[in-house]
Amino acid sequence: MTSTTDATPPAGWEDQYVEPILEVTGLGVDFRVDGEWVMASEGVDLRIRPGEVLALVGESGSGKSVSSMAILGLLPGNARVTGSAKLRGKELIGIPKPQLRAVRGNDIGLIFQEPMTALNPVLTVGFQVAEIILSHQNVTPQEARDRVVELFRLVDLPNPEAKVDAYPHQLSGGQRQRVMIAMAIACDPVLLIADEPTTALDVTVQAEILDLLRDLHRRLDSAILLITHDMGVVADLADDVVVMRDGHVVERGPIRQLFSQPQQEYTRDLLAAVPHLGADIAAGALSVQDRPTEDEVVTGAPDGGPTPALELEHVSIEYPGRGRTPAFRAVDDVSLAIAPGEVVGLVGESGSGKTTVGRAVVSLLPVAEGAIRVGGTNLAGLSRRELLPLRRRSAIVFQDPGSSLNPRMTIGESIGEPLFLHEKLRKEALNRRVEALLDQVKLPHAYRNRYPHELSGGQRQRVGIARALSLRPQLLVADEPTSALDVSVQAHVLELFQELQREQGFACLFISHDLAVVEILSSRIAVMRNGRLVEQGSREDVLLNPQDPYTRRLIAAAPVPDPDEQGARRAERARVLAAGAGDKD
Amino acid sequence: MTDQRPSSEGHERIEAQMERLVATDTDVLEVEPAATAIPVAARSSARTIVNRFVRHRAAMGGLVALVLIVLLVFSSIGIGPIPGWWPLDYRVPQAILNGGKPTLQLWPFSLGAHPFGQDNIGRDYFALVMAGAQQSIIIAFLVGVIGSAIGTVIGALAGYFRGWTESVLMRITDVIITIPLVAIAAVVAKGANGRGGVWLLGLFLGFVTWTGLARIVRGEFLSLREKEFVDAARSVGVPSGRIIFRHILPNTIGVIIVSATLAMSSAILLESALSFLGFGVQPPNTSLGQLINNYRSAMGPRPWLFWWPGLFIVAIALAVNFIGDGLRDAFDPRQNRQKA
Repeated sequence: MTSTTDATPPAGWEDQYVEPILEVTGLGVDFRVDGEWVMASEGVDLRIRPGEVLALVGESGSGKSVSSMAILGLLPGNARVTGSAKLRGKELIGIPKPQLRAVRGNDIGLIFQEPMTALNPVLTVGFQVAEIILSHQNVTPQEARDRVVELFRLVDLPNPEAKVDAYPHQLSGGQRQRVMIAMAIACDPVLLIADEPTTALDVTVQAEILDLLRDLHRRLDSAILLITHDMGVVADLADDVVVMRDGHVVERGPIRQLFSQPQQEYTRDLLAAVPHLGADIAAGALSVQDRPTEDEVVTGAPDGGPTPALELEHVSIEYPGRGRTPAFRAVDDVSLAIAPGEVVGLVGESGSGKTTVGRAVVSLLPVAEGAIRVGGTNLAGLSRRELLPLRRRSAIVFQDPGSSLNPRMTIGESIGEPLFLHEKLRKEALNRRVEALLDQVKLPHAYRNRYPHELSGGQRQRVGIARALSLRPQLLVADEPTSALDVSVQAHVLELFQELQREQGFACLFISHDLAVVEILSSRIAVMRNGRLVEQGSREDVLLNPQDPYTRRLIAAAPVPDPDEQGARRAERARVLAAGAGDKD
Repeated sequence: MTDQRPSSEGHERIEAQMERLVATDTDVLEVEPAATAIPVAARSSARTIVNRFVRHRAAMGGLVALVLIVLLVFSSIGIGPIPGWWPLDYRVPQAILNGGKPTLQLWPFSLGAHPFGQDNIGRDYFALVMAGAQQSIIIAFLVGVIGSAIGTVIGALAGYFRGWTESVLMRITDVIITIPLVAIAAVVAKGANGRGGVWLLGLFLGFVTWTGLARIVRGEFLSLREKEFVDAARSVGVPSGRIIFRHILPNTIGVIIVSATLAMSSAILLESALSFLGFGVQPPNTSLGQLINNYRSAMGPRPWLFWWPGLFIVAIALAVNFIGDGLRDAFDPRQNRQKA
């Protein structure tokens, strides 16, 4: 309870007290692990009034999801819940399961993070939504079906009558999330719990879903408990914010106050660690000259400069078809050049082909047409043996540090493997190089004997970077290296990345969906969509004066961690969308 | 961290915050001088695996038990021409003493004339059980090693290379699965014409019982080859053989070991079924499975004829399973705590 007294609600908080929809006091969750109780959250107080959006913000492990699952009684059997959670005055903690089931879905709707896994793939979406209505209300199947169509219309699913009979895989990610929302609001709940509702979605889709949530919330007058790590989403949607850390509430307050005058240091740090689209450029065009790499770079004129570190010439990449399905062209006619020591950001949404480009550059995928030159040598059509010496020149850092390290190999073995193979280093010499690499990424030497699961996400990604840099490549492909990390960890990894890039001067193709991250790192930005490069240019040109309508939409959709600015951006986005309505494909 | 940085405000802001976060964020390690000064020896994963296996109490117990059983079984009646320390021959009937009851006494310890008793025609049952256990152990190990090796390699190649390699290997697997074991056994037995005995039987069983494991390993490889750590290895030019055996195989070791230990236990029983059909172990030679088979009707009058071979089957199977358990845990880096 000490934590809550630390974060004293601001004056006036109590005065606004209306009959709350949900009142949580002193909620604590412990898990029994190996005979000991491990605290997951403690002394959590929440109060949501009708029509209010309360955001529960925190990084992974902060206890935000656990707390909300505890309210619904959805925790695994080894959990112990203490405290009280009252839904319109009715206690939820400790009531029998059948009563709780009546509450779930009927009074409280739940929206999950991953719409693909939350929907059953062998049942039609209409059936899954109707099932909820049928189990909570006394209606005929036909009435339930009508209600589903009505709900689908409410969540702006195109062609709702046909979508009722669609299976989850036939819908796009955004449409699936709309189905999830339809499910959550099927019984007119008084409270919606949205657990990271947009994390798995692209920015433009995220913006649409957030618009939908805002609109529904206004129309249905239900309260929303929004659980998220994304400050941009919070700024976009929430009225009040509760910041959690290590299971405790750190700070709470109305959105504007929390963003403009955060009281606690952790909140300030958290807000500062969020990359802010446009901040880097706005801080002064001067910074461009300060970039050491910029001097040697002949921006946008690769032919005039030294041999580019990477040159893509009309590259197309195909995934072979199987049986009757034709080959899928993931990348189509992409031309791009990166000068030595230059960082180029490749931006696009999922399915744009940006990762495919990155994989082809490190010869993980064959090229169907065109040429990829790394340091002047064309990779296309080379045999494995011929490729081997060229593999030293380029390296890749993967998105998910959890799966890109072999779980059965120690960190030292993972980092040392390229040296073992290419430089034929053994024993002592290998050890020294591994130690030097660990030093470079600021990990203690003792970590070399650890296994990946013994490291945090950020540490794993440092190992991934050390492995990629072990052969001192001229070109580094970074495929969303920070998108799986918490914001404060992301800030550190980006910092390390910049530092290493300055020291070693490798060229870098930085692939990301996050414009704000790309803005911090790169001097030039290329934007991909549906396998094609729609725009490329200097960082300032692309971000401040985008030419392509898609780039404009992308920039407008990226949420900014500032409620006022985000409000303005929302209006701007509506304008961009209205203007660009004609060129939607 | 404090060298020249772009003087943009955004960076400085993040930088300033970062200095503060250092103290709190578990992810960031400010490397203490002390930590770097003390050199930490690199440990290979092979060393770690051995260490973890040695610390696994149940597995070490299983290993000790198995070694003792093997020593007892092979030293007591000897192997082939080499004589053992037990004087009686398992093929020669003796005069029946005291209804053939076991003479083994635990306290005070004494073996007596026939520690495990005698069978219905007066043969020494201790010698008989030792002879049977020899055959069963040989078969179990041949099947375990050969079957697992073939299954693993075929499954790994099919799962990793896909394409025509996979088609050919998996069709071969399907063909072997569809042919009934007993049919092949009969044909091979006729060809062998009573020669070869237990070694031939072990080889034969090893060559036909790898199919299940091959399918499981292939499935594991199909999912593991898509993992990013395999791409990471390929991107630095690790050759295919090294990817298969050094990167992917250790991740499938769990299923391989479980399957191998089960195969060894079931081989002991499978052998008695095939011996019954006149293939493999033929009288007067014997095996544990055969002893149980022969004397299951003696349960009432002479229960020891059933108990002793049963005890040895259970002991061998349990020891193998504990060892397998320990190996699996040793290969899995997530198993830190010793629960056994």
